[in-house]
Parts: sequence; structure tokens; C-alpha cells
Amino acid sequence: MATTTDAGLGERDTTGSPRSRLLGIATLIAVAILGVLAFALTEPDVRIHPETGEEFGQFDAVRMLYVHVPLVIVTYLSYGICAVASIGVLVKRTPWWDVTAHTAAEIGTIFCGLVLVTGSIWGRPVWNTWWEWGDVRLMTTLVLFLMFTGYLALRRITEDPRRQARRAAVVALVAVLDIPLVNRSVEWWENRTLHQRSTLGELKIEDLTLFTLFFGFVTAGLVLAWLFLHRFRVGWLERAAIDHGVAAAIVERQSETSDAEVRRSVGEQPEGPEEGLVP
Amino acid sequence: MIGRISRDAWLVACRDLRIEARSRVVLDQVVPFSVLVLVLFGFALDADNRTLRTFAPGLFWVAVLLSALLAVQRSATLDRSDGTDTALRMSGLSPISLFLGRASAVYVQLVALQVVLVGGLLILYGVDVEDPLLLVVAGLVAGVAVAAAGTLYGALASGLGVRETLLPILLLPVLAPVLIGATRAFDDALGAAAVDGWAWTGLLSLAALILTVVGASTHSALVED
Amino acid sequence: MVELRAVVALLGRFPALSGVSLTVDAGETVLVRGPNGAGKTTLLRLCAGLVRPESGMAIVLGHDLTDGVERRAVRRRVALLGHGAALYDDLTVVENLRFWARAAGLTSGSGDDGVEQRVAGVLDRLAVPKRLVDQRASALSQGQRRRVALAALAVRRPELWLLDEPHAGLDQAGRDIVDGLIVEAVAAGGTVVVSSHELERVATLSPRVVTLAGGQVLDGGGLG
Repeated sequence: MATTTDAGLGERDTTGSPRSRLLGIATLIAVAILGVLAFALTEPDVRIHPETGEEFGQFDAVRMLYVHVPLVIVTYLSYGICAVASIGVLVKRTPWWDVTAHTAAEIGTIFCGLVLVTGSIWGRPVWNTWWEWGDVRLMTTLVLFLMFTGYLALRRITEDPRRQARRAAVVALVAVLDIPLVNRSVEWWENRTLHQRSTLGELKIEDLTLFTLFFGFVTAGLVLAWLFLHRFRVGWLERAAIDHGVAAAIVERQSETSDAEVRRSVGEQPEGPEEGLVP
Repeated sequence: MIGRISRDAWLVACRDLRIEARSRVVLDQVVPFSVLVLVLFGFALDADNRTLRTFAPGLFWVAVLLSALLAVQRSATLDRSDGTDTALRMSGLSPISLFLGRASAVYVQLVALQVVLVGGLLILYGVDVEDPLLLVVAGLVAGVAVAAAGTLYGALASGLGVRETLLPILLLPVLAPVLIGATRAFDDALGAAAVDGWAWTGLLSLAALILTVVGASTHSALVED
Repeated sequence: MVELRAVVALLGRFPALSGVSLTVDAGETVLVRGPNGAGKTTLLRLCAGLVRPESGMAIVLGHDLTDGVERRAVRRRVALLGHGAALYDDLTVVENLRFWARAAGLTSGSGDDGVEQRVAGVLDRLAVPKRLVDQRASALSQGQRRRVALAALAVRRPELWLLDEPHAGLDQAGRDIVDGLIVEAVAAGGTVVVSSHELERVATLSPRVVTLAGGQVLDGGGLG
């Protein structure tokens, strides 16, 4: 089994390292640039109806999509990693897969929550409602979020780490079955969703629009990588702490033996109701 | 291999059903609970018959899911006392047969529960059945999905100190899509809404199949050390 | 039969066994004794293939217990009497026995070796009173439960018996029956590992005595 130093951690009080700090700074800069691009430099979505000449479109609300859509992608990505790692847990049964699955699930759930929030904010001006019950994609996304809420609740229970790893892996594998449902719901239930097949196709794809969206993917990827690195290291340290505690407990337990031996050798009875068996 | 699995699954299902026949926990407690849920919905919606008829399919399936939670808890309890869980691990019964047997027993109980609840809909809510075949098929198929997911999560939460509170939060989101599909199918069968109930029943069978396969194949990871 | 070297096993995060070394030969009767919390129960569960050895070497009936598949194979060949009797309260005694016999893979069969024949034979050997056979398990006394539990194990004809405190809570007649079963199992070529604090009783079976403390074997492990 790998030790903590393998994860790049020594006797330090932080999960940061020079390289992860660099990644963190790059992530912050990217978030700032994305903010400027999405909320200032790009144009609002205003289209002119060819016959009536009326203005229509998503107006400024479209800016939220530069955040919303990349968040969706990293949510899928995180949960995808979680699913692969969960299979790894069931097949390989090593702590590395387990910490990876836990990390991915936790980060994915944060992203999934943000997807719901940003989507809701976008929906208020565009659909004229915060929440639309008739929308299948909304419902399946909410179900995904709730299933991983349950996953994290299971994770917080203190028990044998190996059993917990397997239970959690099963929950994760069932939960990710919902992802194809979320992803394909727009195609499968065309008449039951307000989500468009492809919002991009309808927009005026100018260079800056496309670039901003692309930049959004990169930024979200950076945020994912940075969060993942640190959360994984925390999880790995937790594991190391448990292993350390167990190793200490074994030594302590072995010394119980000599205690009992000493007591027996001086003719003292060992503790417990079974003392009568000492000849 | 298949023969051994089905034989063992039958053994486990018979055991669970025989215990239920003697102890009558589901019959005496869970079935009355489900009817009680229907009655409470009636009170909450102020006994307006037209409202009740419109929402009968959804209320029916919410009642089924809540009762299924209790039935699953009960099923998981059977193998927690007096060292029976250890003895099962020592016995050589494969986890797959154990899962299929337990799920089958839960399924039989759920179907019985649905029969009582449909009676409740007819008498208390005054619904009319427009498509009896759809009603029966959708009920039977959705029952498989509920029993499979319930047995899977019952085993998963079993042995944990917090199982009573953990089971609903794990199981209900998984069953939410089943609730949607089954409600739409019943909407059609009871004439509450104009939807294609058979298409939804098709989706339900897909869900039932997937949940059964996933449940059976992951069960060993839950019951082994 | 059983060969353990420096085995560490965890219960959750607690090292119940902190380096056990023990050898048991075929046909032996071994008594494991030690104070409460010494690791007796975990030792028996480990030999039964229920607990994973964290480190060290553990071979039972030729199966390497560090491997999950092998652990499952061991379980079918040994009988473990734990603290519970593993009986379903709402089933009758004979229904319980039939269930465990079939769960172990026995079938009805037509010859003398079907489920019914074996169940009847075991009920007879363990002197389970006729009037109890069709009673629900919930109606049994503690001693009767233990007796039926042993019967359920005997039906499988295991090669290795692991008995965890089999005398606890039994009356004189019950203890005699347990001892009789141990003698019989050994005579039939079986091996018995028993943990008990009824030292005098078990002494009549002239077992090898192994002392366990702090999750380790103090003496009698058979490794010099």
C-alpha cells in the first residue's frame, strides 16, 4: 500500500504543494477572465423576428449559460470518475479507488448543486419561473443530486472503512444510472421539457461567444482539478491517520499480552469473569 | 448454475413468505398503514372527489413507496437477529440467490398491498378503471422495480446503526423515476390524464430489469466481509 | 488442518487478533481459553473464513484465508457455532433444520442421504425431544436452542467444528450432549476447536489447551 509521502505530502500542515499552488492561481485567474468574458465582453442574445421585426431571445440571461453549461459538463465528469472509481473499489478493493470515488462524488455534488442554482437563475427570466415541474431534465437532475446527497450521508457514517467503501460504491453505481436519463431526456421527452435540444445552434455563434463557452469548459476543468487534488489529499491523509491509529492499536494490544503474563507470573488473576480457568 | 440459483432463491423466498404468513407483520401493520396514507390524503385534500380522482394515481404510488419502505425494513430485519446473518454467510447460499429470494418475497407482499390499495381507490376515491389490463401490467412491472431497489438498499443499510433514517434517503430518490413512470401509466389506466400508459410501462420494465440486474450483481459486495 | 502464523485481524479498527500463531492437526480437540476480550471469538470467526486476516499467514483446510474466494470455500466446509443459535423464531424446529440443510446445498434425494433423512438422524442423535420438533423456535429454552443450533450444523457433516462457548447457558444434560457431540465428531475424524470457560467439563475430552490474551497465543499454540 502506498504511504502518504507517495501522494506528495510530507510533514506539512497543508495539502498544498508548489505545483498545486500554481494550479490554484491559474484557476483563480481563469475564473476572473471567464467572469469578464461572460458578464461584460460578450453580447446579450437579442434577435429580430424576421416578419414582425420584434426583438426576442434570451437577452442578458444567456450569460448564465457560459457558467451553467460548463458546470453540467464537470458534473458529468466528476460523477463519471466516481463511477469508474466505484467499479475499481468493487474489483480491486484498494483504498486509493475509494478515496478517489469519495472525492469525485463530493465535488460532483457541489457542481450538481451549482447546476441547479445557475439553471434556476437562468430560468427565471427565460422561462419565467424558478422551477418547472414539467421539465424532465430538471427532475432527473434533481434526482441525481438527491441520490448523491444520500451517498454523502452514507459516507459520513463511521464504520469499518472497507465495508463503507463497498456500500458507497454500490450506491454510486446505481446513482450514475440516472446520468444517461438526464443527458438524453431532452431527446426522449421532447414535448415534456423546456430545455432546448441545443441552445448553441440557435444562438448567433460569433467568435467571442464560442470562445467564451470554450473558455468556460477549461475554467470548470481547472476548478475540478484543483478541488480534486486537495480533497483527494485530505481523504488520503484521513486514511493514513486511520492506518496509523490501527498500527498503534496493534502494538498496544500486543503489550496487553505481556501485562497478562506478568500478572499471571506473580500469581495475580487476570481480569474478567473467566478468571476461574487459570490453573 | 442457473438451477442452483433459482432453487436457492425459491428456498429463501419460501422462508420469508412462511415467516410472514406466521408473523403477519406486513399484513397486520404495513397494509393498514398504506390504507391509512390514502385516508390521510383524503383528509388533506378536503375530500373533494374530483381532486382525489385526478390525483389518485400519484397518491396511490406515494402510498406504495412509503409502505414499501416498511416492508423492506421488515425483510432486512429477518436476517439480523440471533446470528442468522452469520449463518447465511457460512451456508454456501450465493448472494445472488439470496437477493432474488428476498426480492421475490417482498414483491409478492407488494402485489398484495397494491390489490388492497386499488380497492381503496375504488371505494374511497371513487375512481373508474378504464384500462384494467394496463393497470395490472403496470402495477406488476413497477412492483418488480420497487422490490429490487428496496431489497438492494435494505441489504445496504442493514447492519448500520442509522438504517431506519438512512434507508429512505437512499431508496426514495432511486424510486423517484419509478414513481413518475408508474403514476403516468396509472393516469392512463384510470383515465385521469391523456398519456400513453403503455409507453411508460415499457420504460418501467426497463427500470425493473436494470434494478434487478444491478441488485443481483452487487449483492455479494454488500453481504461479504 | 489449521495453520496460523502471526495473524493480525481487525474488528472495524480494533485489532482483535494482534499476531496469533496456532497449529491444529486433523482429529485434534483444541480448547481455546482466555479472559474476555482476548480475541477468542475473532479467532474462531477467522478460522471460519468470516474475518479477513490483515497480515500473517492463515491456512485452513488447505485454503489460504487471505484470498476472498478461498474464504468463501472454507465457510462451506466448517461449522461455526456462534453466540446466536441462527434460528428463525417463526419457523418450527424442523423447518429451521430443513432450511439450513437446503441452504448448504443438500437436496431431497431418494436414498438415505436426503434432507429429511439427515434431519431426522441428527434430531435423533442430539436427543431433541419429539414434542419440540414441530414447535416454533420462539418456544424453545436457551438450552434447547443451542441443541437445535448444533443439530443444524451437524446436518452439514463439517470437517472442522468451531464452537464458541458451546456450554454457556446450558443445563447439565445440555452440556453432556455438547460433549457427546464433540467426542462423536472427533471419532468420525473431525477436528474441533472450542472456546469455553467450563474448563473441567472440557478437560474430560482431554483437549490440547491454548491460552489467548491480548489477541495473541500465550502458550499451547503448537509452534514450540
